[in-house]
Parts: sequence; C-alpha cells; structure tokens
Amino acid sequence: MKFAIQINASPYHSNVGQTAYQFINALLAMGHEVFRVFFYHDGIFYALKHATPPDDELQLTQQWSDLAKRHQIDLVVCISAAQRRGLLYLDEAQRQGKHDDELAEGFRISGLGQWVEATLVADRLITFG
Amino acid sequence: MKSYLFILRKPAHSGSYLQEMLDIILTTAAFDQKVGLLILDDGVFHLKHGQNPEKTGIKDTAAIFKALELYDVEDIYTEQESLLDRGLNGTDLCLPVNIIDRKDVGSLMKQFNVIVSG
Repeated sequence: MKFAIQINASPYHSNVGQTAYQFINALLAMGHEVFRVFFYHDGIFYALKHATPPDDELQLTQQWSDLAKRHQIDLVVCISAAQRRGLLYLDEAQRQGKHDDELAEGFRISGLGQWVEATLVADRLITFG
Repeated sequence: MKSYLFILRKPAHSGSYLQEMLDIILTTAAFDQKVGLLILDDGVFHLKHGQNPEKTGIKDTAAIFKALELYDVEDIYTEQESLLDRGLNGTDLCLPVNIIDRKDVGSLMKQFNVIVSG
C-alpha cells in the first residue's frame, strides 16, 4: 500500500515525529511504499540543519536525512509554515535579502500543492500530531 | 478526485493553528477536491461570534472562516454535544453550520476518502 505521512508537531514539544519515524520504518519493513512525508505546522522544525542536540540524545534531524537517503523518501517542508517560523532555504533567503541556509540534507521546501498531490496518490494519509 | 474531511478540535487562538488549517483546506478546495469541515470539542470556540481578538493583537479568525464560502467549502459540520458541553448553541455561531449528533459523526466520516485530523 502507498502511504502519505504528515507530521505537525515539533521535535522537542512532543514525540509524535519519532512515532512517525518508527511507523515509516515498520511500513518499509513490511514492503509498503511511503510516497511522501509532509512537514507542516511546527513539524517543520525537524528540518533545521543546524540543530545540534547533545551527543547522547537522538539526532532527530540526522535520522530523517539518513532515512531519506537510505530509502529515497521525499521529505517536503511546507514553505508557508517554514517562512512563518524563520526556516529559509538559500534561494528563498536570497530573494528576501537574508543569508540563511537552514534546510537539512534530504529535505526540500515546497507548497501545499505537494500535500494535496501526496494525498491523491497515496492509498492512506496518516497524520501525526 | 477525492473527498476530504478536515477535523478541527483545538480551541480558538491556538497560535497559527487555524490559519494553517484554513490554508490547507483552501488549497485542497482550490485543487477542485470535495472538502468538508467537522468542528469538534474545543474547536467549537472558533465559531463563537462576537470575538474581539484584534484588541489583543490577534487576528480575527472568524473573518478568516468567511473565506471558506469563496472557495465553495459549504459542508461545515459541528457536533451538538460539543456545543452543549461548552454552554453554546446554534445561535452563538458566526457561520451557518450543520449541527449533528455525536452518534452520527461516524457515518459522516464514512462519506469521505481522506480524514485529516488537526
């Protein structure tokens, strides 16, 4: 079955992103397909490139980057939610006269149309948070 | 084409929650999908008329709700029990909505392909 996943909560306010991560790994292990993971609301904070948690904690952003690389999963961060919270990718930052480049590897920034597409393509949408 | 039921359960003025929910609802409608809205629990406070949030610098969310009509989102439901539990009834609401009983929520959900909880 083809799944679309939506993550709405930030990494240090709730554990739902971690639950989603484990859910995705379980899906893949069972032979299902994850068409896209869409980060919305405070979920966009998973994509912060410079998040530097202590070494003995889970490296949450790195974990997602590794997952994307390992399984070619499309990780999309909502552009309006990201801009509202100050997460800018290089090209958008330059357009706004800023110098940020905050997006971690394996993530890309795009619009809500990508969410609609994911829900149209997938057999199931599962939201976390 | 699919049909989507968006469910609002958080109270009014929960940060940018409502603005972002309305963004996703209106985007879905703009892609010509069938869209419904179900407002449950503390979400019913979104519908309370006579709010003056701009006095505290907060956006008037009741005004944003009116945008739904422009996008032909007219299937808006709320639950009788959620209203009554909070001392509200149909006359307190800023939008025309369908008020359904809790026992009918399940059958409403079955009419949609995608349920988006929020």
